[in-house]
Amino acid sequence: MSALAQPDRPPGATRPAVRIEDLHKSFGDLEVLRGIDLEVAEHEVVCLIGSSGSGKSTLLRCINLLEPIDAGRIVIEGDEITARGVDVNRIRRRIGIVFQAFNLFPHMSVLGNVTLAPRKVLGLGRAEADARATELLERFGLADKRLAYPDRLSGGQQQRVAIVRALAMQPDLLLLDEVTSALDPELVAEVLNVIRELAVGGMTMIIATHEMGFARDIADRVCFLDAGRILEEGPPREMFTAPREERTRQFLQRVIDAGRL
Amino acid sequence: MSLSGGPLDTGDLIGLAGRGGPRRSQRRVPPGEALRSTLIALISTVVVFGLIVVVVTNAPNWPEVQRSFFDGAIFERSLPKVIAAFGTNVALFLTAEAFILVFGLVLAIMRGLPGPAFFPVRLLATVYVDIFRAVPGLLVIYLLGFGITGLGIPGVPTDFFIYGVLALALVYSAYVSEVYRAGIDSVHWSQEAAARSLGLSRLQALRYVIVPQAIRRVIPPLLNDFIGLQKDTVLVSSLGVVEIFRQAQILKSATFNFTPLIAVALVFIVVTIPLARLTDWLVARDRNRQAASGAQ
Repeated sequence: MSALAQPDRPPGATRPAVRIEDLHKSFGDLEVLRGIDLEVAEHEVVCLIGSSGSGKSTLLRCINLLEPIDAGRIVIEGDEITARGVDVNRIRRRIGIVFQAFNLFPHMSVLGNVTLAPRKVLGLGRAEADARATELLERFGLADKRLAYPDRLSGGQQQRVAIVRALAMQPDLLLLDEVTSALDPELVAEVLNVIRELAVGGMTMIIATHEMGFARDIADRVCFLDAGRILEEGPPREMFTAPREERTRQFLQRVIDAGRL
Repeated sequence: MSLSGGPLDTGDLIGLAGRGGPRRSQRRVPPGEALRSTLIALISTVVVFGLIVVVVTNAPNWPEVQRSFFDGAIFERSLPKVIAAFGTNVALFLTAEAFILVFGLVLAIMRGLPGPAFFPVRLLATVYVDIFRAVPGLLVIYLLGFGITGLGIPGVPTDFFIYGVLALALVYSAYVSEVYRAGIDSVHWSQEAAARSLGLSRLQALRYVIVPQAIRRVIPPLLNDFIGLQKDTVLVSSLGVVEIFRQAQILKSATFNFTPLIAVALVFIVVTIPLARLTDWLVARDRNRQAASGAQ
């Protein structure tokens, strides 16, 4: 089965894929998340926007349990993952994350990067893991790079490999943390196209991004984060044309002034 | 081998070119300047070494020293015996090293385990490293070799070779664990984040992602420690194990002449220099590679 196709369930299904309740997170004295409430339906694409330091990346890292949270609850597909005694490794298999800086393993080939977790975590044999990885790489136009090492790839190719690496675990939810911010402008499109394809395929995604045009095109819902809270959320058309909050307006104005929308 | 110290397109086999100057390959020097540099280096070398030779050979007791340290006939007779005994040092070195590579890594990983539950493990590893870096290797060899055998427990081996290996391994594991730890710390935390985000456990992340990268980075300092270990195998002579140094002392007593020790020194020089050059080469290659791929 492919990691993306879930054709038997129409978009807008009922049970939320992710439910976050009153999430708090501090680093030392700095309170980065001050009570986040967010629900994401299955097959929904939610974009998080907001200035640097507003808590977008931290929120994604908390959802993947890469950062321990201070208070609140995170429920994925009905399971509370922030409960005491949960097996974090088991949770993380269901949640893929792609980082701004790719974070590929430099000492492994593309195929090695993509098959490591399926082999060591899911226990697939090498042949099966290779076959699945090759199929995914083919779909994203990376088949000819399967034996290359990350330092021989362009930034766009590296980021596509990172996405494939996350998809190889067949996650229920994909988190994308400013995945185009480290790319040269001409390489951004190839990565955004991959994400569009995933959205069409019905992948549930939470995307932290500075690419407002992309957020407007792809998101079912846009959340504006300000100082650790979701200040305003809504469909992209509303958010980008008629934001209710003054802070949202200011932020969008700065983005427009910078020529990014 | 070039002694010029300046333009060295000839391949600077012994690293005399000095470091930190412009990259050799990038620098083209006009032939006149090259010749001048070579001449200056040659003249200054001849002057310095000539002076040393003059001072030493004119020392009041030079003839006696020459007789007791540089006797050609004794050298010829002792060299084969000394080389044969060196086999024991090689055996000590290789056995200890195999143990050190594994135990050093285990110690490094123990010291890096997170969380309060692992505090005793961290403490144990830290105390171990502190103690074995503090106590001179010679003392460890003495204490283990004569202490354990002295207990007279039946079934405990009495071969001093074993205690020599054990003592060297214990001491050098402490050093090597610090090298490994530096390597592990040098792998950016985002690598662990990426591995853990895929569902790998902490140990799996260490084994498949972090340690392989760490080891690649610390190969030069590891080799450096092994040069030290190679030399320290002579300390096991204190237990009476007939290795190269002990053999030389036996020959010294038989001939009333120190020349066998010079033979020992030569053997170590011949064995160590290739290893040292290999280390330099690896460090240089690493530096170039980092410069090429940019700081990540």
